[in-house]
Amino acid sequence: MVELVVFALMGAGTLAGAVTVVLARNPVRSALGLLGALVSLAVIYVVNLAHLVAAVQVVVYAGAVLTLFLFVIMFIGVDRSEDTSETIPLQRKLVAGLATVVALGAAVLVSRGRFSWTPASGEAAEIPNGTVQALGGELFTTWVLGVEVTALLLTIAAVGAIALAFHRRSAETPTED
Amino acid sequence: MPVVTPGWYMTLAAVLFVLGMTGVLIRRNALVMFMCVELMLNAVNLTFVAAGRAAGVLDGQVAVFFVLVVAAAEVVVGLAIIVAIFRRRETASVDELAALRG
Amino acid sequence: MIELPTEALWLVIALPLGGATLLHFVGRWLGEPRAGYLACAASLAAFGVAAAAAVPFLTGEGHPSQSLLWEWMPAVGASFEIVWDPLSALMTLVVTGVGSLIHIYSLGYMHGDPRFARFFAYLNLFTASMLTLVLAGNYAMLFVGWELVGLCSYLLISFWFTRPSAAAAGKKAFVVNRIGDFGFLIALMLIFSSFGTLSYSGVFDRAGDELAGSAATWIGLMLAAGAIGKSAQIPLYVWLPDAMEGPTPVSALIHAATMVTAGVYVIARSAPIFELAPTASGVVAAVGALTALWAATIAIGQSDIKRVLAYSTISQLGYMFLAVGATAYVAGVFHLMTHAFFKALLFLGAGSVIHAMGGRQNMEEMGGLRKAMPVTFLTMGIGVVAIAGFPPLAGFWSKDEILGVVFNQGGFFTVLWLVGLITALLTAFYMIRQFVMVFLGRPRWPEGVVPHESPRSMTVPLVVLAVLSVLGGLVNTPFRLGLEHFLEPSFEGVKLGHPAEGVVSILVLAAVAVGAGAVGAAMAFFAYHRPPEAWRRFQAAFGKVWGWWEEGYRVDEIYGTMLVAPGRRLAEEAAFRLDLGVVDGAVNGVARLVRAAGTLIRPAQSGLIRQYGLWFGLGLVALLAWLLVRGGL
Repeated sequence: MVELVVFALMGAGTLAGAVTVVLARNPVRSALGLLGALVSLAVIYVVNLAHLVAAVQVVVYAGAVLTLFLFVIMFIGVDRSEDTSETIPLQRKLVAGLATVVALGAAVLVSRGRFSWTPASGEAAEIPNGTVQALGGELFTTWVLGVEVTALLLTIAAVGAIALAFHRRSAETPTED
Repeated sequence: MPVVTPGWYMTLAAVLFVLGMTGVLIRRNALVMFMCVELMLNAVNLTFVAAGRAAGVLDGQVAVFFVLVVAAAEVVVGLAIIVAIFRRRETASVDELAALRG
Repeated sequence: MIELPTEALWLVIALPLGGATLLHFVGRWLGEPRAGYLACAASLAAFGVAAAAAVPFLTGEGHPSQSLLWEWMPAVGASFEIVWDPLSALMTLVVTGVGSLIHIYSLGYMHGDPRFARFFAYLNLFTASMLTLVLAGNYAMLFVGWELVGLCSYLLISFWFTRPSAAAAGKKAFVVNRIGDFGFLIALMLIFSSFGTLSYSGVFDRAGDELAGSAATWIGLMLAAGAIGKSAQIPLYVWLPDAMEGPTPVSALIHAATMVTAGVYVIARSAPIFELAPTASGVVAAVGALTALWAATIAIGQSDIKRVLAYSTISQLGYMFLAVGATAYVAGVFHLMTHAFFKALLFLGAGSVIHAMGGRQNMEEMGGLRKAMPVTFLTMGIGVVAIAGFPPLAGFWSKDEILGVVFNQGGFFTVLWLVGLITALLTAFYMIRQFVMVFLGRPRWPEGVVPHESPRSMTVPLVVLAVLSVLGGLVNTPFRLGLEHFLEPSFEGVKLGHPAEGVVSILVLAAVAVGAGAVGAAMAFFAYHRPPEAWRRFQAAFGKVWGWWEEGYRVDEIYGTMLVAPGRRLAEEAAFRLDLGVVDGAVNGVARLVRAAGTLIRPAQSGLIRQYGLWFGLGLVALLAWLLVRGGL
């Protein structure tokens, strides 16, 4: 009952946010639409007992990443609204076709697939409770190697971003040895 | 009263994915394209969570965790690139970045 | 007596080579005349070393030796090894001796030339190359020298390369020689395939036992082809008259005394092979006799002082070929030596005359030079008498020996003897004709020409060569076969052709030959010791034939239309139709194909990332659909 209500409300919110992202001419609106979609998804995660994921979704995505987006939008210029006319021939038609095909394919798969909370073995499984303790234990035991690699990836990303930020064309700054 | 089955979540994820994909392909502002990529990633995250719940394991949520981290890294580098390009070309439109045209 | 170890013989090659190298780098800095002194010193030093090393052969104590300098390609018997026997010793002495005299002569002749030092560098390089050729201990090293002298010949003929005719003459000499070299290379391959080695000792020791008749004939013919190219015999003689474009000392050294005799040397050196190939020997003799007569007739009609001598050289080389073809190797080498003396003398004398006439070479503009240049007159007179074959000068003894041997062979060779006899008559004719036209009669000098005797550096070599031309023949007379005895170790085991025994036949043959020469000389003297109008009448009496002689039977023109023009057309076809059309066409076609294909799919590379994304999405969907359908959806 609760799940149904949440799914209906938050699903609608997610889609509304997504549509805003895609259609809004002003990137700030797109960012706000994205914020809506992300937060709505976080609520859906909570219903699915994915507590830690929901928290990270809000903190990292809605907090850090979106802030970064907004920051860059402000840096580049808020008032730049996009010309929405299409210049690439056939692009819109083909995109529509592609979207239709993907949607239809998904529909076929969903309708033909056997999606239920009851696994083939019979008994309905207990909903995995994604507490910090449970997920953390899983991450730092079974998936510890992946976590370490992710740490490395983040480091590289940080170094890359700094390198890009400091990069200047040599013509702009003559080297002084 | 209908029960929410995994299929519902999958359907929602599919629609979200198609929306994100469409946005990537029709918007030419690099920032908006990035946001649409985030939408696509979130669609996938949703399927992970729902499928993990259906299978009764935590692995789906672990995968989501990793996707989040990768997405964060991607955003950091991607936005840095956009800023770097903008500093040089005064544009965020990917259509104008066609130097590789054959 | 200082005994020179034969191991030191490498000095003979190294000295002029060092001189050439030094002059190439510091010649300009040394300048005139020091660069010339250096070259003369190098050449004279080489002569000294060679003379010291040759002494044991003269005293009869020497033995042929072979010293290895370093390994090159031991597997094929090709190394840098020096063979030192009477034959190579004699050749070395001629090359360095006459060469040194010509070096000295060039000091005066090349005076004031802007490339004075470079000329001497080339002369030294030539000397080193020629010595490499004659001292080689195997056919591979011989070929190295063979090609090097060809290169030097090219460099020196076109020494005044700003003159188009000189550049063309150098090119012609090089190209015509290549034809002979082709045969020579084939001979080398045949030798290697027959014996598995190129070294003289390996080949000659086993030639008698292992060589089949036909293989010997082919090797002999191919060696002869190389010799024909280098020694300017029919049909490859055409380069030598044009080679007169080079400075006169070069004509004397390379195109009279030394390089052109390399062919004779090679045949004499390969005597053990030719002994097994009478057919090849016969061909050599026939070619030699024919060339002797052919070139002598052309020499009659020439009015250029150097071209007379050029055709005379071809003719005399024909004598040498006749001799070695008649297995009279000693006689051939003997004539080679005496010819080196008197032909170098004649060329240097001609150079002295040209020098005096301010570069003019037309004999019709000379005449009466006797008083103006007495030394040149006397020495050149000696040379003329020597080449015309009057006793007791050098040419008489060597030519007489050749004719004697050829006559003694009998049969087919009797015809060749007759040809040689007629050539002797013609030789006397054209030489006396030249002498009379240049030195006797009234001066016909163009205005402004004041002939004068040449400087000491030019006349001293003339005198030395004149003395050699007088005395050089005495080393091998029917009364005392000195040279034959001297060369014996080189032709060990080879059956040599000899003149008939008996005083009467020797005297009769000699009288016939001298008589022919006397007739020719007398005809020339009475025809040309008159005003030019009388010459013209004399020449007109020959009708068209004189025109053929004057134009050298138009051989150059015939070669031009028959060989050069088709070759040029072939090259043009190959260049402009085959290469531009087919080869380039194929390459361009491939390029056009690639470009067309590129144009076709080029729009796909739009540079628009959104379009790429679309393609990516469509491809992904297609792949996914295929996988799902295959997996039975």
